[in-house]
Formats: sequence, structure tokens, C-alpha cells
Amino acid sequence: MNLTVGQELPTREFKLTRDSLVRYAGASGDFNPIHYRDDFAKAVGLPGVLAHGMLTMGLAVQSVVDFVGDSGKILDYQVRFTKPVLVDAEAGALVSVSAKVIEVDEEAKTARIDLTAVCAELTVLGKAQVRVAI
Amino acid sequence: MVNPQIEGKTYPRTASYLVGREKIREFSKAVFSTDIANLELDGAKALGYQDLIAPPTFAVVIQERSLTTVLADKEAAIDFSRVVHGDQRFIHERPIVAGDELTSQLKVASVKSLAGNSMVTFETQIFDAADELVCTAISTLVVRGEA
Repeated sequence: MNLTVGQELPTREFKLTRDSLVRYAGASGDFNPIHYRDDFAKAVGLPGVLAHGMLTMGLAVQSVVDFVGDSGKILDYQVRFTKPVLVDAEAGALVSVSAKVIEVDEEAKTARIDLTAVCAELTVLGKAQVRVAI
Repeated sequence: MVNPQIEGKTYPRTASYLVGREKIREFSKAVFSTDIANLELDGAKALGYQDLIAPPTFAVVIQERSLTTVLADKEAAIDFSRVVHGDQRFIHERPIVAGDELTSQLKVASVKSLAGNSMVTFETQIFDAADELVCTAISTLVVRGEA
């Protein structure tokens, strides 16, 4: 695969609704009620129901998966959770993910792609780095 | 506060987890995957896999089983209601494939205190039935101090 340093991958947008959170809760087994109950989220001092950090991490890498065409090529993937993604019951939330090639190692046949994930103008993932096989 | 004495502690291996094909499909849809290697058997096979492969973050399901044992450990004294996920990393030796029987072993890599909060980093190694390392999952939890 031909990747060049500085290359930008197509930006992807993900619309999250409460349904998305319930679906992820079931699929992952993470049933923390802060991800589906407004009353519970407020009781623990949160502004509202939040997306699972692991859901944001899981969807953000899809832009890279689509580009390389095989999720098995993701060798190493890390993120820091910098801001929560608030998911309004009616409006949901929109997470926009852009990706840029930072490093290409022709010898090791790998590349590093960094992700930027933004929701409501806030960067929700930090140090979001993906190492892929090329 | 988290007991700093648990730094370096290793927890017992979890019971084996059988990775199901439909579980992979369910998880894949939940993370908005459209990758045929996650969803279509013929597509996965055409890419050289024996069965569907799991998305890159599926290993969290296995990590969670180890984390549960730590959270239940009275010695660790981690108050789950004060836990925030700080960061997460997955280092894959190979993709997780449907049919894999996985166990995990967790080690507390570090316990740090910062501004009244505790930061605990866990390193969970995930092994297949042949005892080969499949994935290393590194997770840092921030445990908010009592105000």
C-alpha cells in the first residue's frame, strides 16, 4: 500500500444516538448506567449521558480500517480520553474523525497514522495513534 | 485512594472466553465497522483468515474480565463509582479470530498519585488456547479522590 507522510485520509462522521450507546453496551458488556440513564448521570455529577470512551475509540479507528481495507492490519492502537462525548436524547452527537499519516517505515512495513476526533468542537481523543501494516 | 502496594501485583488467569462469530458481528456493528473481515465469512477467508476477525478494540471485552477481578479485590481498594477511563492501548500480535479460546492475565504496571487522584495502569496479556500471546491491552484508570 502506498502511504506518504502528511497524507490525509478521508474524514468520517459518525452520528451517535442513545440507541448507539445501548447497542454498544450490549455488545461490549459495559452496562455502566452513565451511558444510558440521565438521572444516574446527573446524580454522579455529569452534565448528561456520555458515550462509552471505548465506543469512541472503536469507531474512530474505522476511518483507518476502511482505508487499509482490513482491520487485521491494525497492529497497535492507542488513545487518551480527553473529553467526554455527551449524547443528547433527541439530538444525539456527531463525532468527526480525521486521520493523517505521520510516519512510514518501509523497512518494517508499517505506518503511523494519527487520528483527530472532534465532537461539539472539542477534541475528544488525545494521542490517538494507529500503527498499521502496509 | 488506591492501595499503592498493588503495584506489580499479578492476578490469576481468567477462565477461557470462546470468541463467537455472531459476537464479532454484533460488536462490529456497535463500533460502526463496515469491514468485510469483521462481517462476511467469504470476505474474511478471501483475506486469508480462517473465520471472521474481530475489530481492533474487541480485546476490551477480554480485558474487562480481568479488570473485574481487580475491582473485586479488597486489597486494591478501587472505588468503581469514582473511576474514569484515562487511556487505552491494544498491541496486537495477530487479530482475534472467531473460534479463539482466550484467557487473560493482568498485572498492575503502576499506581501513581496526582493532585489527589490515583492513576492505575494495568497490563493485560491475552493468550490463545496454544498459550501464544495474541494481544497486550494497556489501560489506565483515573480514580478520583474523595473531595
